[in-house]
Amino acid sequence: MVTVTAGLQASLLATTTAATTAGVVAPGLDLEASFTDLLQGLGLSPGAAHLLWLPLPMLLVLVAAVVGVLVNVWLERKISAAVQQRIGPEYAGALGILQPMADGLKLLFKEDIIPARADGLLFTLGPVLVLVPVILSWLVVPFGQHLLISNVGVGIFLWISLSSIQPIGLLMAGYASNNKYSLLGGLRAAAQSISYEIPLALAVLAVVMMSNSLSTVDIVNQQTGAGILSWNIWRQPVGFVIFWICALAECERLPFDLPEAEEELVAGYQTEYSGMKFALFYLGSYINLVLSALLVAVLYLGGWGFPLPVEWIVGLTGQPIDAPLVQVITATTGIVMTVLKAYLLVFFAILLRWTVPRVRIDQLLDLGWKFLLPIALVNLLVTAGLKLAFPAFFGG
Amino acid sequence: MTIASSTQFICFIALSAAVAIGALGVVLLPNIVYSAFLLGGVFLSVAGLYLLLNASFVAAAQVLVYVGAVNVLILFAIMLVNKKENLAAIPGLALRRVLSGAVCAGLFALLLRVAFTTPWATPGPEPLGDEATIRIGEHLFSDYLLPFELASVLLLMAMIGAIVLARRDVFTTDIATGEPADQGLIEKSRTPLLLDQTGPANAGLQAPLLETNP
Repeated sequence: MVTVTAGLQASLLATTTAATTAGVVAPGLDLEASFTDLLQGLGLSPGAAHLLWLPLPMLLVLVAAVVGVLVNVWLERKISAAVQQRIGPEYAGALGILQPMADGLKLLFKEDIIPARADGLLFTLGPVLVLVPVILSWLVVPFGQHLLISNVGVGIFLWISLSSIQPIGLLMAGYASNNKYSLLGGLRAAAQSISYEIPLALAVLAVVMMSNSLSTVDIVNQQTGAGILSWNIWRQPVGFVIFWICALAECERLPFDLPEAEEELVAGYQTEYSGMKFALFYLGSYINLVLSALLVAVLYLGGWGFPLPVEWIVGLTGQPIDAPLVQVITATTGIVMTVLKAYLLVFFAILLRWTVPRVRIDQLLDLGWKFLLPIALVNLLVTAGLKLAFPAFFGG
Repeated sequence: MTIASSTQFICFIALSAAVAIGALGVVLLPNIVYSAFLLGGVFLSVAGLYLLLNASFVAAAQVLVYVGAVNVLILFAIMLVNKKENLAAIPGLALRRVLSGAVCAGLFALLLRVAFTTPWATPGPEPLGDEATIRIGEHLFSDYLLPFELASVLLLMAMIGAIVLARRDVFTTDIATGEPADQGLIEKSRTPLLLDQTGPANAGLQAPLLETNP
């Protein structure tokens, strides 16, 4: 038994090294190297240059996340209006594009109320605990070969573990509000997030098994080569659907927005919140939606990959792949493709929200435990079998 | 001292303080909900310490398992039974506190002595970094296979036990009309597992309702 597993491990390792050496991938734009080179040219030490570089991508990603939320809110309003044959926001800026700013300003100026019998400390800490893990998870979202904050080795696993902190914030908010609807909402949120985390993690595990790495960059690199044909969605169609359903449930989007079901629980754990504390929940849920869509794009839709292989197009034009102009163009294409794929998925999520009714709590839990979990397990087993049978296509 | 090592030192001091103070809070605070939330904070700080040791996979697993599952379940249980009631005064509470404090202080002294007398091999082995995930997998499937499988059997047993305890024995028919009441909800009719089975085998069919208290 031991020798068999050891042999398996050895062959696994061999395929890993083969994959890393055989893959011919465009080097991509490395802004960090250019920036530190420039500063060292000005006479700074490498350590100081690195220190000056560190805050830049973090700030950039934070700004990107918040702008993403503004776009998302505008899309939600416009698409919901279109679904219901209304016009939607119209007067604030062209096509109502400034409406989310107005929403944000309104929340900023609203009175910040802490109910008299609430637990002030936990009431304040709850929304923070909901928002911070979501923003931290942007650490691993890649927009290009080197266009991410940190290529940590545990990549996608870090996101799964960070997203499991969120229910603590929701429970805290629900408990501290001292309100039975809030408490019920918090409990529901925790139950839902625990149930759907398991099929989600199993779906991710199947992808990780194929790419032999937890790192998001490696997962995308494994999907390059043949353009749209090499994307994981063709090899993991079931996993894609499971992941998307679970991601929607983790974001508490409408078919699964049990924790804040208006007709049953007033607004769930958000009932007592107003002003900026409510805005933190609001921001958290929308950032989480964009993040989930980005990760679906990374895991299943080829990340920053163009439908045709970029190396192939560059080869047609006869330019060297590492020419500065080519690098800038390919990096821009990568960012645009990632965002485009993510917002396509966000569009589907919004359409879903305004089309389908809410499920009941027992249907929600049945779906998670009795349907998605077995399917995800079978998917994992089938992936493992196919990987052993056709190593060239599954995890080569 | 370079920037990296001083940052590491400051992080280590802050995380250790968070672990120590948080753990004291978990034990000493009278409000059990605060204790549970602080426990989550302690788990997170321990994950931070793992990160400082370059064990990112262990840190992520710590957050996922202890914060995301164990602590959430503890909070869940506390909040489901959260009743504000004044507990009856325990006789000799002061003496009990002194005694348990003395036991804890003795244990602490013992641990301190072990920590200071053991010849620690410093610096430890070179951290593996991202290779650690592969190494952990290799160990789990080779020399640690038996403990790994035993742990899963233990979890399976705990799960079956929980299911047996949690299955509810409920009404199968409407009390007023006597018609079958299957609402399609969680409370569907199920054969009770803990019911005394010595009675007539078809008790569920004859009696209008199953016993609710086995």
